[in-house]
Amino acid sequence: MTKFAQTLSKILLGLIAATGLLSTQAFASAAACLPFGEAQTNPTDVPTLQRGAKLYFNYCSSCHSLQYMRYSLLAQDLDLTEAQVMSDLAYTEAKFGDYITNNMPKGGRGAAPGGTEWFGAAPPDLSLTARARGVDWIYNYLKGFYPDPSRPVGWNNLTFPNASMPNPLWELQGLQEHVVHEAKAHDAAAGAGGHAAEAACSPASLALKTPGTRSALQYDADIQDLTSFIEYVGEPAIIQRESMGVWVILYLAGLTFLLWLLKNEFWKDVH
Amino acid sequence: MARATPSQATGVLGWLDQRMPVVDFWNKHVGQYYAPKNFNLWYYFGSLALLVLVNQILTGIFLTMHYVPTEEGAFASVEYIMREVPYGYLVRYMHSTGASFFFVVIYLHMFRAFMYGSYKKPRELIWVLGVLIMLLLMAEAFLGYVLPWGQMSFWGAQVIVSLFGAVPEIGPTLVEWIQGDYLPSGATINRFFALHVIAMPLAILGLVVLHLGALHEVGSNNPDGVEIKKHKDASGKPLDGIPFHPYYTVKDMFGAGFFLIIFASVIFFNPTFGGLFLEHDNFVQANPLVTPAQIKPVWYFTPFYAMLRAIPDKLGGVIVMGAATLILFTLPWLDRSPVKSIRYRGIWSKILLFTFALVFVILGWLGSQAGSDAQTWVARICTAIYFGFFPALYFVSAYDKVKPVPDRVTMHD
Repeated sequence: MTKFAQTLSKILLGLIAATGLLSTQAFASAAACLPFGEAQTNPTDVPTLQRGAKLYFNYCSSCHSLQYMRYSLLAQDLDLTEAQVMSDLAYTEAKFGDYITNNMPKGGRGAAPGGTEWFGAAPPDLSLTARARGVDWIYNYLKGFYPDPSRPVGWNNLTFPNASMPNPLWELQGLQEHVVHEAKAHDAAAGAGGHAAEAACSPASLALKTPGTRSALQYDADIQDLTSFIEYVGEPAIIQRESMGVWVILYLAGLTFLLWLLKNEFWKDVH
Repeated sequence: MARATPSQATGVLGWLDQRMPVVDFWNKHVGQYYAPKNFNLWYYFGSLALLVLVNQILTGIFLTMHYVPTEEGAFASVEYIMREVPYGYLVRYMHSTGASFFFVVIYLHMFRAFMYGSYKKPRELIWVLGVLIMLLLMAEAFLGYVLPWGQMSFWGAQVIVSLFGAVPEIGPTLVEWIQGDYLPSGATINRFFALHVIAMPLAILGLVVLHLGALHEVGSNNPDGVEIKKHKDASGKPLDGIPFHPYYTVKDMFGAGFFLIIFASVIFFNPTFGGLFLEHDNFVQANPLVTPAQIKPVWYFTPFYAMLRAIPDKLGGVIVMGAATLILFTLPWLDRSPVKSIRYRGIWSKILLFTFALVFVILGWLGSQAGSDAQTWVARICTAIYFGFFPALYFVSAYDKVKPVPDRVTMHD
């Protein structure tokens, strides 16, 4: 190859790599505020997923379905027996092979009252939330609740302002107080709008007022487990795909090495 | 039909060969197809494109076994494939990653042609057929992208199909005719599915056969841009040519192995590629009542999308976007250089080509952005440079200094 071609190929391949890196930041820029940073999820670790599933079915599942997920698949991936899943996790009349739905009517115009009337919007299905919004968003959302009497259900959220969902985990986390108002007013007086926005989206703007049954550290670990579980539910294949990928790539690397030797053997008389 | 040189094959091959020119065919296209011996890295992308095409067809067949082309069933059936069909996720990721890699490979393959003048006489027809394949591939990719029926599928279809509404007089009727409805809907999914799995693949396969047929008639170009058929030995074999088999079959197999390592890394470790290959919004089921914050096409369409958006007028934008692809057909007749390869062209030719490639990449980035005023202006400038490349080539190629072209090919490694 000439130098020109070499330089060009380097530049082009570099640019392709760069577009990949750029795109990974797309989530972060799309979300308005992620005060608590990145989630440290572990969606392939079975004990983590078991703890996350326990939290999910105790605190989330009566409102939020997982319509593309079957109890039986959950049992298989999480190393649980049918009896464990059906007695400890499933709180509906569901059968083992059923999808994970719930008993809450959706409500809405023309239907019997349900989620739409009770919360202003029917609680969404969470099968694919991790894929659509990203795990960092879920982690931040679950840590961002604070009581706000001005809201219809009495709760607000730092990550997703004016969300219509109350904090189902408040007994674990305790009650946080939103303390940003003063800082905001102070910064606004100083004429620093940017700082005000920054202060509004900071973990410091939420202070634990009434402790819950879990310490801050324990609660953070709980949320990581729950987020990991929702991430797994978004793509159950994640358990298999990464461990399989290692073997596939090792095989391909060996094969490619042999093909390289073969090529060199044939090509040694081409000058 | 009697052949001039009936083969000496016996047994099964002999039986076959007396009834069909198996041996002739093999020799013409593989066994005695003489390719220049100085192919470099850029020459892997042709065979890789074929590999990806086969991957798309095979994985596509298995996806159609479980996919449901209806408004109610499409999204859920894709999740069914991802979760419940054994290894369905693998097949789907191979298909979705394959779509993106198809464009990586095709764009690099085309850039190779730009660099080494592979479109120049006598290879104009190969180039024209190749551009046709690219156009059909774009249509195929767009149709396939609509099928999972996520938010981006729906709104992408809405934006692209509505472009036909810019056609004067018949526009709105045309849009309804294409969609089979007033909005993209179940009728749209059904017909796009038919086009995606039958019409387009058939047409693409046919064109690939013609592309290779034309190539094997005139012979491959090479990084030096010299015709190897000029110098033949006593038996009529090109001195700088080597039989495609075994030399390039083993070399391309090695290239395929290397490619598959990269391909598998994405499939197994980053199948959404950070939202670039499978977009986040497309994991939300299509909803005509909720517009996503930003509607953008997949990365391989973004250069053309940026050009569409850069033009303030809808019809004008559609014309510019269409022209950006169609203008590629004219390339063989615009390049007046006496040499083919960039190696023996002057500095202005190199600057021109590098600028063109750079502008294409910048447009690709711009097309993926929300589009601020500043970005729109950069997109306009880049669009002008993109189109300016073609007339510029017409003059630069004729007047730029050229270096003496060697008589025989050169080996660099």
